[in-house]
Amino acid sequence: MKKPAITVNDLYVSYRGLKKTSIRASWTKWKNKIEVFEALKGVSFEIEEGKILGIIGKNGSGKSTMLRAIAGIFSPDKGSIDLHGHSISLLSIGVGFNKKLTGRENIFLSGMLLDFTEEQIKQKEQEIVDFADIGDFIDKPVKTYSSGMYSKLAFAITAILETDIILIDEVLSVGDARFKEKSYNKMKELISDERRTVIIVSHSLGNITELCNEVLWLNDGQVVEIGEPNEVVERYRAFMNQKQA
Amino acid sequence: MKRFFLNIKKYFKYAVRSAKAELKSEVADSYLNWLWWVIEPFCFMLIYTFVFGVIFQNKTPYFASFIFVGLTVWEFFNRMVSGSVKLIIRNRDLVTKVYIPKYILLLSKSFTYLFKSGISFLIAFALMLYQHVPFRPHILLLFPIFMVLYVISFGIGLILMNFGVTVNDLSNLTNIALRMIFYLSGVFYDINQRLDGNLAHMLLRFNPVAFIMNELRKVMLYGTLPSWKGLGIWLAIGILLCALGVHMIHKNENSYAKVI
Repeated sequence: MKKPAITVNDLYVSYRGLKKTSIRASWTKWKNKIEVFEALKGVSFEIEEGKILGIIGKNGSGKSTMLRAIAGIFSPDKGSIDLHGHSISLLSIGVGFNKKLTGRENIFLSGMLLDFTEEQIKQKEQEIVDFADIGDFIDKPVKTYSSGMYSKLAFAITAILETDIILIDEVLSVGDARFKEKSYNKMKELISDERRTVIIVSHSLGNITELCNEVLWLNDGQVVEIGEPNEVVERYRAFMNQKQA
Repeated sequence: MKRFFLNIKKYFKYAVRSAKAELKSEVADSYLNWLWWVIEPFCFMLIYTFVFGVIFQNKTPYFASFIFVGLTVWEFFNRMVSGSVKLIIRNRDLVTKVYIPKYILLLSKSFTYLFKSGISFLIAFALMLYQHVPFRPHILLLFPIFMVLYVISFGIGLILMNFGVTVNDLSNLTNIALRMIFYLSGVFYDINQRLDGNLAHMLLRFNPVAFIMNELRKVMLYGTLPSWKGLGIWLAIGILLCALGVHMIHKNENSYAKVI
């Protein structure tokens, strides 16, 4: 019996309550009922340490919301998420850069937010710079980066700093052909580590079946099924085709 | 409250590093770089001294130093308050990508403002030398007095930061309030002299900026002791505001990412 890495229990996340408003609107409209959009309605699952979980589902089914909830950016409205003391990072396009600062400074700042000490980051700094492979731009402000460079640096930081759990939101297709291959190989290397748990959200079903040991299919904020990649992906394909017809 | 202190401890290094980086980037691409931190306040002082000292013939002793102490207090308060309203929205990239206790953003910003106030104080000392203001040991009391100002501004900043996320036009309101506080603080006039007893008393009592400004001038320029009772009361109010702000942020911070 392996140790669980993430336990999600009856997770509800809704977008409500805090809505953008103006002072005038809050005088006149405060009695109006508030729209509630439930993004996740009672999702439960568990991943063991070292597993790779793929999450699939059509747009708006709650995939990104779930990743953010797991990363701690949203709090659940109901239910619980237990990370069993693992460190976690959300790798989506741009790990939270301060655009005015240089790439190098951002490596340190994002690293510190991922719970690494300055010394630890210093040791890995060169490796990250090499992997990102963006040349002199590393010492230029991030706002001068092209979108490819931005994602390359973001990927390099999360990939090299190695948190216990990595959440990946649609970034396997980052950068040019060479970087794509490099990041794909790095992904495989990360994934082959026995202790690392990875969650991948992707619309690329090919990547999902190839990389993952398990697939979770979300639809309208609910789990349709969770299980062996090939089987789940096949039924998901059939479902999507049927909708088109 | 315990969570607040644990987080401050945990993210303190981050806040310092981020503040340093921010200051560096601020000067990196301007021509005179860090000199601006000196030139800017100095020029403001010249303008106010000319307008209110020469045109309005204000005869307050050591007028340039007098204005400069006022400006230092005002600038810090103004930056803290107006900077905090849109702080979270301005850090959208960060807030939507990773968890960070939101008051750390304000803490880090406050360090950059403190640094600028430090420079401001140095210029104030230079001006005082130039105008032959006698230096007395009382001057060391500027630290506790400024600390009270810090606590008050931090508390107000936290609360505004929380509402700034959801209320779009809060910055319009704070701008008006700030302008009012500016003119009612006596940056360029001495409240004690210009206004009759009651009004001056009211302002110095209910406007924390005017109060702090007055106390700082007492210890820096006139060599008298501050009102310990007043400082104590405002420190208590400041701590209360901070506690309220921290409570609000703990309650709402996980929803910010949904709104912005």
